[in-house]
Amino acid sequence: MDAIAGRKPIVVWALNISVVLLVLLWLFPTLGLFVSSFRTGDQITASGWWSSLFASEQTLQIRAADPDDNRVDLGNGRYMVEGNIFGEEAFGGEMTAWGTSSRNLGANAPGDTADLGDGETFTLNADGTYVWEGDDDQISGRAQRVFVDATTPPDFTLQNYNFVLFDENNSEGMAKAFFNTLTVVIPATIIPILIAAFAAYALAWMDFPGRAILIAIVVGLLVVPLQLALIPLLSLHNAIGIGKGYLGVWLAHTGFGLPLAIYLLRNYMVGLPRDIIENAKVDGATDFQIFTKIILPLSFPALASFAIFQFLWTWNDLLVALVFLIDASGQTTVMTKQIVELLGTRGGDWEILATSAFVSIAVPLAVFFAMQKYLVRGLLAGSVK
Amino acid sequence: MHPALQGLLTIVIGVGGCVGYFYSANLFLDKVLFKAEGPNAGRNINRANMIRPWLFLLPAIIALGLYLAYPVVATLRLSFLERLPGNEFGFVGFDNYSKMFAEPKFIEAMKNNVLWLIIVPAAATGFGLLAAQLTDRLSWGNIAKSIVFMPMAISFVGAAVIFKLVYEARPEDVAQIGILNHLYLVFGGAEPQQWLQIPFWNNLFLMVVLIWIQTGFAMVILSAALRGIPEETVEAAIIDGANPFQIFFKIKIPQIMSTIVVVWTTITIATLKVFDIVFAMTNGQWETQVLANYMYDKLFRANDWGMGSASAMIIMLMVTPILVWNVYNARKEMR
Repeated sequence: MDAIAGRKPIVVWALNISVVLLVLLWLFPTLGLFVSSFRTGDQITASGWWSSLFASEQTLQIRAADPDDNRVDLGNGRYMVEGNIFGEEAFGGEMTAWGTSSRNLGANAPGDTADLGDGETFTLNADGTYVWEGDDDQISGRAQRVFVDATTPPDFTLQNYNFVLFDENNSEGMAKAFFNTLTVVIPATIIPILIAAFAAYALAWMDFPGRAILIAIVVGLLVVPLQLALIPLLSLHNAIGIGKGYLGVWLAHTGFGLPLAIYLLRNYMVGLPRDIIENAKVDGATDFQIFTKIILPLSFPALASFAIFQFLWTWNDLLVALVFLIDASGQTTVMTKQIVELLGTRGGDWEILATSAFVSIAVPLAVFFAMQKYLVRGLLAGSVK
Repeated sequence: MHPALQGLLTIVIGVGGCVGYFYSANLFLDKVLFKAEGPNAGRNINRANMIRPWLFLLPAIIALGLYLAYPVVATLRLSFLERLPGNEFGFVGFDNYSKMFAEPKFIEAMKNNVLWLIIVPAAATGFGLLAAQLTDRLSWGNIAKSIVFMPMAISFVGAAVIFKLVYEARPEDVAQIGILNHLYLVFGGAEPQQWLQIPFWNNLFLMVVLIWIQTGFAMVILSAALRGIPEETVEAAIIDGANPFQIFFKIKIPQIMSTIVVVWTTITIATLKVFDIVFAMTNGQWETQVLANYMYDKLFRANDWGMGSASAMIIMLMVTPILVWNVYNARKEMR
């Protein structure tokens, strides 16, 4: 392998370049959303997110100050307006050229004086200060327009996050949905782990008739689509009085997550060394003690992998929440549902959409990067061989 | 009560309940029901040990039975019934199925699902294999893998927003903010396209989202399989003068074939159930309907439980061969 790839430098180069391309292809869509969430709505619609990463050439159209209010009498019928074209705030960009009409864009360099005819002149410096001079007729009415070519540096803002997460007047904010999602996810992750761990131990290390059939059933249930469960279980929940709510969604997630949990944990527990368990039995430990004192601590990697799976799956779930949790009042909406709503009502407001989506993506991504090792391990153990 | 507090309380009650159940059931078995002392100590220990596995399994069996096994039967039953006024049900035989097959939207959903099932697993497995092979001996291969793997953590809904931005189309005279249309115009396209509204092709644009998500999964598993190939087989091929392509296709692929099949079927199942992507991006408009979304429409929008259940059974029917195959393999392995 090394020998093949390493033989010719050109092959190594081709390999590196193709992997770079692959990585960029996979990264670009997410990056687009990420960058967009830090731009204002105007910026997003004005240019593609990729151009915002670099300083950009833009032509700004600005008017000088209103001459009727600001002009200074120079005597001899001459008047002048002075000021800074960029207003009070310091301009972050750099002016490259300017012009006084849309037909002569960039005709003048910074510091030049443009002759507007009949003795009317306009001088604009690189820092934005200008002098506009002419007679009574010229320095009145509408102010002079200036077209400034400037390179503006990348400009990002946190105001979208502020609006989406903390603005109390925003009825479509994500803060409530964030807490609702969290409320769904934590119990829905912990409860199946407990139930599955006991069951997996029984299936791995206890001898009883029907064990093989039970394992086969668990493997079979792994692929049963949860779509089948929607109507029968919703009817059941309604019949026994749970209705739509957190309890129902916790139970549903527990049921749907169990086959994978049992399967993963059993596969792992079966691989634990037989000697330890038999020694403990000889020393008089009960099954309960063996399970809590030996099996559980040793199974930590498998428990962690399943916990990550279940966490990601319940956090990212839409269908189960739609069916079992979210009622007409909308008080229990989760983030995925909120985003689907926003896609309908705020389809064009990319700053809101991008920020909301990123708020919901951020936590799973953090978990993913922090616990990737366990996730990979779980995947390798969980794919039916 | 604040939901966060309620959640915390549930964790305590749920977890405490679980632990309490297991602990007290064990205690009851050993100390009350079959005491390990007295004249029948030996027999009692045996009896307790016969019952104990079922104690451990009980909550799991109840949950699995109620939440996965029972619904299969109940849905099958519902698919032969129709809802009558007053919460009554009438038996209609295969009427729901025949009505469904007569509906153009259902035929469209079936066709699209087949298309998804052909393209997505093949593309995701293919890209995954490519990524696994390319990154295998690269010094920064692990970073590259992390990035390709990352979409696994992103929800379908999040991915839908991400790709809606990619596919965004703006009028011809203003700047394009969707990168696809931007590139399309740069490379000589005449005018910006509404990618998600072009029948047939829009299906492919939706599939891209799932392929983007699933490739990382395929890559991780296949990359582990590639590492597991014995070095000697590859070295022998090099000595015999095989070129890299021959080594890849004739030495490596045959050795990881069983893993490829596993990855393929796993992605097939995920594809069969695809719902969120279509729901969030097109909601089945412009001829992009798929079975899972069709079913959701029938169940919760049209409120037609009969046809909804019938379409759910179709999904179940399509999963069944994989289910049987998995069970068969699992049993073979255990022997």
